[in-house]
Amino acid sequence: MKGWSVEEQAARVAALLPDYAYVNLGIGMPGSVAAAVQPEQGIVFHCENGIVGYRALAEGEAPDADVIDAASSPVALIEGAAVVAHDISFAIARGGRLDATVLGAFQVSQHGDFANWKAPGARIAGVGGAMDLAVGARQVIVMMRHVDRDGNPKIVEHCTYPLTAARQVNHIVTEQAVITVTENGLVVGEIAPGITWEELQAVTGAPLSVASAVASS
Amino acid sequence: MTDFTGRNKIATSVAEAIGPIPAGATVLVGGWGRIGIPTQLIPHVAAHTQRGITVVSNNCGVGIPGDIGEIFAAGVVAKAIATYPVHPSATAFRERYDNGEIDLEIVPQGTLAERLRAAGAGIGGFFTPTGAGTELGGDREIRVIEGREHVYESALPGDLAIIRAAQADSAGNLRFRRASRAFSPLMAMAGRRTVVEVDEIVPLGSINPDDVHLPGIFVDALVQGGTR
Repeated sequence: MKGWSVEEQAARVAALLPDYAYVNLGIGMPGSVAAAVQPEQGIVFHCENGIVGYRALAEGEAPDADVIDAASSPVALIEGAAVVAHDISFAIARGGRLDATVLGAFQVSQHGDFANWKAPGARIAGVGGAMDLAVGARQVIVMMRHVDRDGNPKIVEHCTYPLTAARQVNHIVTEQAVITVTENGLVVGEIAPGITWEELQAVTGAPLSVASAVASS
Repeated sequence: MTDFTGRNKIATSVAEAIGPIPAGATVLVGGWGRIGIPTQLIPHVAAHTQRGITVVSNNCGVGIPGDIGEIFAAGVVAKAIATYPVHPSATAFRERYDNGEIDLEIVPQGTLAERLRAAGAGIGGFFTPTGAGTELGGDREIRVIEGREHVYESALPGDLAIIRAAQADSAGNLRFRRASRAFSPLMAMAGRRTVVEVDEIVPLGSINPDDVHLPGIFVDALVQGGTR
């Protein structure tokens, strides 16, 4: 398959994070960013459940049943961690204290609207903390596959899925490209090796433009 | 003389702790994913409630014995308010929801926390940017505050709150452990009657006052985990 591996994709997300950022990772693919950040970045991860400061379990490390991430996977607290109740956890999320959140999505529009909680016509869905994170984090980074299982573009002019939030997405990182949402539309910052500009535009449902210096093969 | 010693909140049974559950009650049920779940209290509510209650919880069942799925399985729930009801193990909920027996209100997680907090704090409602412009914003009042759309959310009190804590003294002062704290103190504050299942009961005075996570003034009764 063309494009970056999930690890390479996660490295692109990690590179977008400001140094010493507080970051919330959504469930699914964004979880891979935890292993991709570099120690010198000084990143600290927050979880909806109230943990501020966690890391992946070391190999063979015994899990603590009460220390889990958003996907309910066991993680470990880091030195200096805090654990708070949900009102304070969402004061952190909604109150603008997170430098970034990395979330998956079904669709992202050229205006930065995104949809990640419910399929169209679905009778049931779970939203979790996504809407609070989306409106509160200083940067919203969507990490997802470029197209859906049927090959349809997930980056579109207008979302047809129920929105999580309007005009909140700053960056989109797929296995094919790193894209920034600007007032003038979607700007490509990097294309994965082996993918041409024409191929990228063909699988993207909204017009793309080029940053001044695009890394491309 | 003023003291807490006469104020013993430790019940000898779950039935005594919870007492009668009013018809049509709203029951707040602690737990986030598989942690912080009052697994001794939930089966009692499932067995001693008449059909027509509303349950409020982050999830609708996560596949462990004594989780909220038992209340759905008892067929007593008319409405569920949750943030993430789609866990694959939420089968009892799903079956009844698909049969049209249960109304579902999905609430963003931070909004649920704040609706509970508001109820406990005596606040009628609030405006939040979360959900504005989405179907969860619904048809509620919109107000533009500092240039940004906010939706009105009402307080969410409960007739009964059942939660789990790690430690309590006889006065009901509570400590929680790690991420199992989650919604629990907010539900305790929002409950007209609050019952706590605790892993460990410690002597009065042995919790440093600075280390109390939730004071006993919000707690009506305690049961030691493992009590039936």
